[in-house]
Amino acid sequence: MSDQSPAAMIFGRLSWESFPLHEPIILVTFIVVALLGAGVLAAVTKFGLWGWLWREWFTSVDHKKIGIMYMILGIIMLLRGFADALMMRAQQAIAFAGNDGFLPAHHYDQIFTAHGTIMIFFVAIPLVVGIINYVMPLQIGARDVAFPFLNNLSFWLTVSGAVLVMISLFVGEFSTGGWLNYVPVTNLENSPGTGPDYYLWALQIAGVGTTLSAINMVVTIIKMRAPGMTMMKMPVFCWTALCSNVLAIAIFPILTGAFALLMLDRYVGTNFFTNDLGGNPMMYWNLVWIWGHPEVYVLILPVFGIYSEITSTFSGKRLFGYSSMVYATVVITILSYLVWLHHFFTMGSGASVNSFFGIATMVISIPTGAKIFNWLFTMYRGSIRFDLPMMWVVAFMLTFVVGGMTGVLLAVPPADFVLHNSLFLVAHFHNVIIGGVVFGLFAGMIYWFPKAFGFHLDPWWGKVGFWGWVIGYWVAWTPIYVVGLMGTTRRVRHFDDTTIQIWFVIAAIGALIILVGILGFVMSIVMGFVRREQLRDTTGDPWDGRTLEWSTSSPPPAYNFAFTPVVHDLDAWYDMKSRGYRRPETGYKPIHMPRNTGAGVILAGLAAALGFAMVWYIWWLAALSFVGLVVVAIGHTFNYHRDYFIDPADVERHERDHGAALAAGA
Amino acid sequence: MSSTSASDEANLDTELHAHGDTHGHGSMRSYLVGFALSAILTAIPFWLVMSDVLGNATATSAAVIALAVAQIVVHTICFLHVNTQGEGGWTLVAFVFTAVILLITIGGSLWIMYHLNTNMMPGMMTGQAAQMP
Amino acid sequence: MATIANGEHGDSPTFYLVEQDDHGHGAGSPTMLGFWIYLMSDALIFAALFATFGVLSTSYAGGPMPREIFDLPLVALNTSILLVSSITYGFSMLAMERGQLRATQGWLLLTGLLGASFVGVELYEFGELIAEGATPQRSGFLSGFFTLVGTHGLHVTVGIIWIVVMLVQLNQRGLHLENKRRLQCLSMFWHFLDVIWIGVFTFVYLLGMVR
Repeated sequence: MSDQSPAAMIFGRLSWESFPLHEPIILVTFIVVALLGAGVLAAVTKFGLWGWLWREWFTSVDHKKIGIMYMILGIIMLLRGFADALMMRAQQAIAFAGNDGFLPAHHYDQIFTAHGTIMIFFVAIPLVVGIINYVMPLQIGARDVAFPFLNNLSFWLTVSGAVLVMISLFVGEFSTGGWLNYVPVTNLENSPGTGPDYYLWALQIAGVGTTLSAINMVVTIIKMRAPGMTMMKMPVFCWTALCSNVLAIAIFPILTGAFALLMLDRYVGTNFFTNDLGGNPMMYWNLVWIWGHPEVYVLILPVFGIYSEITSTFSGKRLFGYSSMVYATVVITILSYLVWLHHFFTMGSGASVNSFFGIATMVISIPTGAKIFNWLFTMYRGSIRFDLPMMWVVAFMLTFVVGGMTGVLLAVPPADFVLHNSLFLVAHFHNVIIGGVVFGLFAGMIYWFPKAFGFHLDPWWGKVGFWGWVIGYWVAWTPIYVVGLMGTTRRVRHFDDTTIQIWFVIAAIGALIILVGILGFVMSIVMGFVRREQLRDTTGDPWDGRTLEWSTSSPPPAYNFAFTPVVHDLDAWYDMKSRGYRRPETGYKPIHMPRNTGAGVILAGLAAALGFAMVWYIWWLAALSFVGLVVVAIGHTFNYHRDYFIDPADVERHERDHGAALAAGA
Repeated sequence: MSSTSASDEANLDTELHAHGDTHGHGSMRSYLVGFALSAILTAIPFWLVMSDVLGNATATSAAVIALAVAQIVVHTICFLHVNTQGEGGWTLVAFVFTAVILLITIGGSLWIMYHLNTNMMPGMMTGQAAQMP
Repeated sequence: MATIANGEHGDSPTFYLVEQDDHGHGAGSPTMLGFWIYLMSDALIFAALFATFGVLSTSYAGGPMPREIFDLPLVALNTSILLVSSITYGFSMLAMERGQLRATQGWLLLTGLLGASFVGVELYEFGELIAEGATPQRSGFLSGFFTLVGTHGLHVTVGIIWIVVMLVQLNQRGLHLENKRRLQCLSMFWHFLDVIWIGVFTFVYLLGMVR
């Protein structure tokens, strides 16, 4: 560029055209979001909460607070991702024959891309990571994770990624390449705009956060279990957390590599995935799916762990077949790394390759089936309490199994030749993700909410949420299976054949019922807070739980355990309760804790600035942010005073209050 | 007196061990043996390729790869001090797991892409076509 | 040392540690294991790059082929430099375990200088290639070559910066326990890079010449 105007040098390729002034839908959305955002900021300022937010939450290295912040991020992004879903359902319900719908193609393509990207990377991953963060250290009797600062940094890097994706809605445009940003659509010559760049930078930044978090969790589980808690005496949820995070460590570097190569193609002109000069677009698909398949197991394994915890607690019985659950989890972890080609059977690798991966895919259903049987056997002859978490478990069993079966169907290459990229596929993965991951996350949130906040979620609104989701899922997605089997292609915004319109209308109604479910869940939080005195839990153990987190107060103190527990058996808390433990009431020691730090927020902010600058080719800002990142990161290492001690008097006060609450409740 | 006494050296080492550091330690011997072996295992493949001693591309490739694997093992034992004791065995578990994933990723990709290229990009892999812009 | 509390009776099981040292259950610092696992993840980034290079290794697009551009003697020199730097780092660690601060720093500095020579030679090699028209943009093969070798070189550069930071921190705090942990992590990092280099010189340079 020889003739760089001053504006271009300062703003890169950012200009007034980058703002959606001519797109009414986005404009209105922006105004609404801006007003809401301004309202929130004004309220925080009015009540003088900035200092509290910074000190108590943003700079916290406490796994409990970080876990809660992850959950808040996930829930907010769920609303955004679901808004995309509603728009797609509305478009597909009306756009038949002469009616072109209200979403032009370029906009529709960004919506389905954003929907998938947000739901996986900024809803499912944060919610799963958040629950693991909150629960796992408590379950293993630890006071925090192995690397508390990295934990904080990982959270804020994920937020940076989410911020970049949200900004892309209002400044410039998002990718149109699907949730995996496929080449050749996203090659520079086909998408010269900001779309794929926003995607790549947002996910690279968030991906660093996820990888660091996974390393953190694995080391925590290996090194910081309470004395006596051997690996085979660990709660099953911790086993699934371990395997899921091991898998995450194994796969995110591959995604990082694939995205880096695409970035090089787009920024430097290399020829990794181009159509000429020796590039090979199929290699992108190969690399990205090496990540993509194990990723769904990263999401589902911890949720299987949640189901195990809830099933055994609400059946009043030890989990059936603990060892086989552990082995099944490990087997699933390993096998999930051997099936990735089933996402592109139709790309042309031929019979020998397709057969290997098809068979491997079918095999993976076996350990999953074993788990289902173990849950059923746990329930058999148990004294089952159908509280809301258990209702979610039953809904999961009935819903997820169907999705698993359609998965096995798709695993047969000749069948997949017909069904690849049809709506049948889309229905399959929503079946397993909603019926599996989402239902489990709700179950887990309702189960552990009282532990985290000291009061239950409102049960009535929780049931509204439950029925909305369960009925809504079936009404929304069964028609999609039907039209998929008929041959309807995915990612299509207009159809000519009006005979199938009825299915899409039913699906749209289903989406509205799910909306009721989402609003029910939100209301259960609001009303839970409003009615918190009636819903309060003073015992720390509202469900008669079996694992160590229930031995603490609700919410637990910053240090979790005044004294490190000693474990003798599986279901350690149940063991303690049934053998007449006594809470020690004297002899408290100073407790060694890590200090809060703002370095995570600052580093993530610089990363977001770097990402934004690179998207818009604002090179001076990119250089500045990069240098800033290096300087702050190195500067942080010069801080050797990262810990402090909690005064035993404070510990004694909290433990005494908790003891009194327990005695009052008894 | 600038050098530390034997008991001081022992204390500094115990300090690390007291903090549960079970990571492998080097010794002068392991570094020197490792260096010697690595030097040999580097010189041989370079020699094989640069002087074309074997005259056979396949044999040379196989030899070079085998020597590389051997040298990686030497580095892992002599420099990285990986053994069955480190971190209660977890160091070795992580290493073996990563090696397996690495082999699946590279081997699997090469296998898949070879088939994809053969079926979907005929002529691109060999001879003249490889020279085409 | 940890002592375990009794329950309310002498013979009932014990459920709490009452006295404990600073470091909890004596499982030790998690830093080394954490860094080792991070290195494993770094190895997998290289796996993706090796796989991509392997797939594109014959995609010359009518451009330069390995025999035309690889300078094996130069690569042999670089390999030797890196191998020697592994030994000098090893000597630094031995000095650290003997509590010898100045020797630790000296060997560390030498390692850094050798690393800088390695990067220097590589930049020279890249410069020559680009001047001849063998740019990363010329073909898929060259894209793969520059990225794989360049990423390794970037890692070495990061290692050199880390060495500089350690030299400063050693000056400030001597052989503080935290510094020793960091040096052990850097040790793993440095040797790991030499392991990756074995893969690079074998699969990129040597096999490239044989093909």
